[in-house]
Amino acid sequence: MQRIISLQNHNGEKVSIASPPIDAVMLHERADSFTKRSVKKQSKMDALYKCIEMIDLTTLEGADTVGKVKQLCSKARFPITTELADELAGLPNYKPIPQVAAVCVYPSMVQTAKDALRGTTIKVASVATAFPAGQIPLKTRLQDVKDAVSAGADEIDMVINRGAFLAGDYQTVFDEIEQVKAACDKAHLKVILETGELSTYDKVRLASEIAMEAGADFIKTSTGKVSPAATIPVTLVMLQAILDFYDRTGKIIGMKPAGGIRNAKQAIHYLVMVNEVMGPRWLTPDLFRFGASSLLNDILKQIYKQVTGRYAYDKSFSLD
Amino acid sequence: MAGLNGMNTTVAKTIKLYIGGAFPRTESGRSFPVYAHDSKKVYAHLCRASRKDVRNAVSIAKSALAGWSSRSAYNRSQILYRMAEMTEGKRAEFVETFVQTLGYSQEQSNGAVDQAIDAFVYYAGFADKYQQVIGSVNPVTGPHHNFTTPEAVGVVALLCSDEFDFGQLVTRIAAITCSGNTAVVLLSENGAAVLAPLAEVFATSDLPGGVINLLSGFMDELYLHMASHMEVDSICCDCNDTKIIATVKEEAVHNLKRVVLNSPKEPGLQNILNFVEFKTVWHPVGD
Amino acid sequence: MNKTISANNKKNAGETDFVFDYSPALESTDMVKINKQNKLFINGKWTSGKSGKFFDTINPANGEKLAELTEANAEDVDRAVKAARKAFEGSWSKLAPKQRGRYLFRIARIIQERSREIAVLETMDNGKPIKESRDFDIPQVAAHFFYYAGWADKLEYLFNGRNVSPIGVAGQIIPWNFPLLMAAWKIAPALAAGNCVVLKPAETTSLTALLLGEIIEEAGVPPGVVNIITGAGATGAALVNHPDVNKIAFTGSTEVGKIIARSTVNTAKKLTLELGGKSAHIVYEDAALDQAVESVVNGIYFNQGHVCCAGSRLLVEESIADIFVTKLKRRMTSLRVGDPLDKNTDVGAINSAGELKKIKGLIANAIEDGIEYYEPEATTLPQKGYYLKPCFFNNVAASATICRREIFGPVLAIQTFRTPEEAIQKANDTTYGLAAGIWSEKGSKIHKTAQALKAGVIWANTYNKFDPSSPFGGYNESGWGREGGRHGLLPYVEVK
Repeated sequence: MQRIISLQNHNGEKVSIASPPIDAVMLHERADSFTKRSVKKQSKMDALYKCIEMIDLTTLEGADTVGKVKQLCSKARFPITTELADELAGLPNYKPIPQVAAVCVYPSMVQTAKDALRGTTIKVASVATAFPAGQIPLKTRLQDVKDAVSAGADEIDMVINRGAFLAGDYQTVFDEIEQVKAACDKAHLKVILETGELSTYDKVRLASEIAMEAGADFIKTSTGKVSPAATIPVTLVMLQAILDFYDRTGKIIGMKPAGGIRNAKQAIHYLVMVNEVMGPRWLTPDLFRFGASSLLNDILKQIYKQVTGRYAYDKSFSLD
Repeated sequence: MAGLNGMNTTVAKTIKLYIGGAFPRTESGRSFPVYAHDSKKVYAHLCRASRKDVRNAVSIAKSALAGWSSRSAYNRSQILYRMAEMTEGKRAEFVETFVQTLGYSQEQSNGAVDQAIDAFVYYAGFADKYQQVIGSVNPVTGPHHNFTTPEAVGVVALLCSDEFDFGQLVTRIAAITCSGNTAVVLLSENGAAVLAPLAEVFATSDLPGGVINLLSGFMDELYLHMASHMEVDSICCDCNDTKIIATVKEEAVHNLKRVVLNSPKEPGLQNILNFVEFKTVWHPVGD
Repeated sequence: MNKTISANNKKNAGETDFVFDYSPALESTDMVKINKQNKLFINGKWTSGKSGKFFDTINPANGEKLAELTEANAEDVDRAVKAARKAFEGSWSKLAPKQRGRYLFRIARIIQERSREIAVLETMDNGKPIKESRDFDIPQVAAHFFYYAGWADKLEYLFNGRNVSPIGVAGQIIPWNFPLLMAAWKIAPALAAGNCVVLKPAETTSLTALLLGEIIEEAGVPPGVVNIITGAGATGAALVNHPDVNKIAFTGSTEVGKIIARSTVNTAKKLTLELGGKSAHIVYEDAALDQAVESVVNGIYFNQGHVCCAGSRLLVEESIADIFVTKLKRRMTSLRVGDPLDKNTDVGAINSAGELKKIKGLIANAIEDGIEYYEPEATTLPQKGYYLKPCFFNNVAASATICRREIFGPVLAIQTFRTPEEAIQKANDTTYGLAAGIWSEKGSKIHKTAQALKAGVIWANTYNKFDPSSPFGGYNESGWGREGGRHGLLPYVEVK
C-alpha cells in the first residue's frame, strides 16, 4: 500500500509525501533488461562520449593532497594526453574527447579544484555535511556546506541523516535537507541517500520522495564508502520516483548513481536505462551524472579500441 | 412397511425429488411405478423428473457451489461423517428398500449399507487430506514461491449405473462433494427407491441445500439434458450404454465439460482426482 | 492527462540532440543450416512423404520462403503410428526406466550445447525476438527434458507407492507460438512415462521440431520412439483419427480442440487439451504500480501476444486507472518492434500473413465500434514482413468482442473495477479459465483473489512465468489436463 507521511516545511506548511511500494523481483527483471541491450558500433561510440560528459570525476580519500586534486583536475580537462590525441586525431571515427561534467572533492580541496579548473565549464562539486557518515551536529554540517560554497563549490553533495530516517524520524531528515538547501545558496544540491544502508527498495523510494520534496536538485545513490553502492535496480527506483515527481509537480530532478560503476559496459547499461525509462530528455549532464573515478579510463580504453581496432593497454592512459 | 399395496394401513411415504435441500415433486407431475422385486406389486410411485427439473437442479447446484467450496475442509469432513451416522440410523429403512425393490437378502442389504457407510467415513477422513497428497510446492527456478492445489471442478452431473450399486453411488457422491463440488445425481430406474432414505440422510446431515440434488427419472430421457447443460462443469457417466457415453462425450464438447468414465467403484484417491481442477499460484520472493 | 515529457520542457535548448538509438545488432545466422526440402522422421529414418507434396515455410520477419516441408498424408501417419507401436511394444518398453531417463538427459544436454543454433532457427521460422528464443524458449526446452528425464525411474512415487504403466502411442499436435518448447512439453513427459509418440508440429513452424528429430537421432534414441511428421490440418486429423493411437495431446485453439474432442467421441482415446484463454490481469490500487506496468506489458506483448495465457484483459482499479494508463503508454513507447534477429527487438514479427490479417481485422472492428484505441505513435515497423504495433483499447465494455474473444496478438483490452468482488466477477466472466494475474501489496487480498479466480495458473505480482516443475493448464474451455510438474505426467500413465 502507498505510504503517506505528513511533514511540515520550514514555513510551517503541511507537506504530504506519498511513497508507493516497490516489488523487488519485477524491479530486478526490468533492471536486467537494460543490461541485455546490445549497444554496438556508432551507438556505442556516441554513448561512450556521452558518458564522459556525465562523469563527476571523484577523489574522496583521506590521503587526498593538493597535488592529487590538481592532477585530477588536469585529467578532467584533458582526459587523454595530447600525444595520444594527436595519434588518434587522423582516424576516421575519432572526435575530440569531451571534458567531464565535474570534479568532486572534499570541502578542503574546493579552492584547489576551483583554481585548477578556472576558465573551463567543468563544475566543482563537493561532498559536505560531514561526508560520508554525517554523524556530527547539524550546525557543524551546515557550516561545512557554507564553507564549501564560499570556497567556490558549484554543487554540494550532502548525505541524509540515515539514523533519523531508519528511526522513522522523517521530519528531521526533511528539515535537515531544507536547511542544507538554504545553506547552498546558488549551488546545486545533490542529496545522497546512501541506499546501501537503507536496505529495502521501499525505503529508497521513500527517501527519494523526501529528498525531492525538501529541495534536492539531484538525488544520488551512494557515498561510495558503503557496499553495495549504486546498482541498476536501486537507480531504477530513484528514476521512477523522479518521473512521478515530475508528473506531479512539473519539477525536473537529476539523478546521480555513484560508486561501483567502474567500466564502460556498466555505464552504458545505465545510459540505456535512462534512455528507456526517462526518455532522451534526461540524457544530459544537467540531469544525469556518474559519480566515478576509474570509469573514465575504461571508457577511454573502449574508445581507443573503437577508433584503432586495437585493445588498449592500461598505461595508454594516465591514472589520474 | 412402506408398500402402497401392503395389507396394512400404515401411512406410506411419498418419494419425491431432492432439490435444493427440499423435497419437491417433479414440476411435470409425472411419475413411474417401482415394483416390489419380481412382482407386479407397486412399491411406490416415483417422480419422473423432467428436463425442467434437471435445469432447476443444475442452477441450484450452481448457486450452492461458492458456499460449499469455500467451507473449510474440516467442516465438509464433519458433514460427510454425519452422513455416515445418519445412514447407520436409517439402516433398517435402507435394508427394507433393498429387500423390497431389489430382492436383496438381509445380509446383502446390510452389506450394501456397510459399504455406503464405509465410503462416507472414508471421504469424511479424506476431505482435509487429499490436498496434501495431490497438491505440491514446486521447486521453480528463480525467486518465486510456487504451489499447486486441487480445487472443486464445479457442478458435477452424475449419471448412475443401471446396475444399482449403493456402495458405488455413495462413493461417487462422497468423493464429488468432499472436494467442494456440488452434484446433480440422476439415479437409474433400477434402485431409484433409495432416493427416499438417501435424501433424508442428506437433509439431516447439516448439508447446505443444493449441494447434493437427487433426481429419479428415465435415463434415456434426461441424460442429454445433463450432458448438454452449459453450467455443468463435469459429468460422470457410470451407465454402461455405449450410445449414451458417446452422446455425453459429444455434448460435453460444447463447453468442454470434463467427462469422467470408468471411475473406480471403491473409495480411493482416483475418485477425488477425477473431480478436481489444479490451480498453480506463483508469487515472488523478495523484499 | 498524458504528461509525457515534451520538447517544451527543455531546460537548455539543444541539449537533447543526443538520440540514443541502438545500432542494428543482428544475431548471426551462420550456424543455422536449413535444408531446402525437408523429410519426415519416421522409425528413426528421414523418409519422403508418400504424397510427394510439399509446402512452403516462411520467415515472417521478411515474408521470404525458408524451406519446403513434406505434407504427410494418411499413409505417412500410418507408417509413423506403426513405428511408434513397434517401438512401444519392443525396444522402448524393454528398456529399464533408468535407461529411458538417460536418453532424455542426453537430449537435454545436446539442446544446451546447440542452443544458439536452435534459438536462431526458432526466431527465423517463428518471428519471435531472438532475445526470447535465446533467453526463454530454448533454455526452457532443455530444462523440460532435464526435469522429466529424472522422473523416468521414479514413477512409483507419482501415486504414493502405486505402480503406473504407460498408455502406449501418443499423437501430439502442437502450435506455432512456442514451437520447440511445446514439442518439449509434449515429448518429455510422454517418453519419461514410457510412451512412444508421433509429433506433428504446426505447419508454419516445423523447422525446430525437425531439428529436434536430428537431436533425438544424435542422442541414439531407439527408432520409432519419437516420430515427427509435418503437415497441416489434414495431417493432424489423420493422426487424431488413427485407430491405433491411444492418446491425443493437443495444444492450440479452443476451436480446433473441440473438433478433436468430437472426433474422439466414439473411441477410447485419452485426450488432453491445452487451449485458448482470455486471461485477466488485475491491478489493485495498492499495487507496486511501476512493476505492475512492467508485468502488464510483459503479460500481453511477450511473444507478440501469441501466448495462450497472455494477460489480454487488464482490470485496473478505478482510483488508479488514469495514472496507470499514462504509465503504460509511456512504457509502450520504449518497446522496440522490428527484426526478430536484432538482439534489441522486444516485439518481433506476427507469425504469418493470415494471423496478421485476423488480428488487424479484430482491431479494425473495435476501432469502428468507437472503442478508445492507443498505439505508440513513434513506433515504426519494418517495410517487409508481418508486423504490428503493440496496442490497447481503453474503457472496453465487457460485452465487446475484444473483451471476450482470444485475439492471440499484441492487443490489450482495459476495463476498470471498484471493489475486489467486482474484479473477481469480471475476471471470471469468460468461457476460458487458463490464467490470471493479480497485483497488490496486500497478502491477504492476493490469496482471497487467487482462491476465487477460476483459472489454472495464477500469477500474483508477476506474470508469464514458466517452469518445468510448475503445472500449467486451464479450467473450463481452456482445456483438459495439466502439463508440467508431477501433474504433467498423470495424462501419460495408467494407474495399476
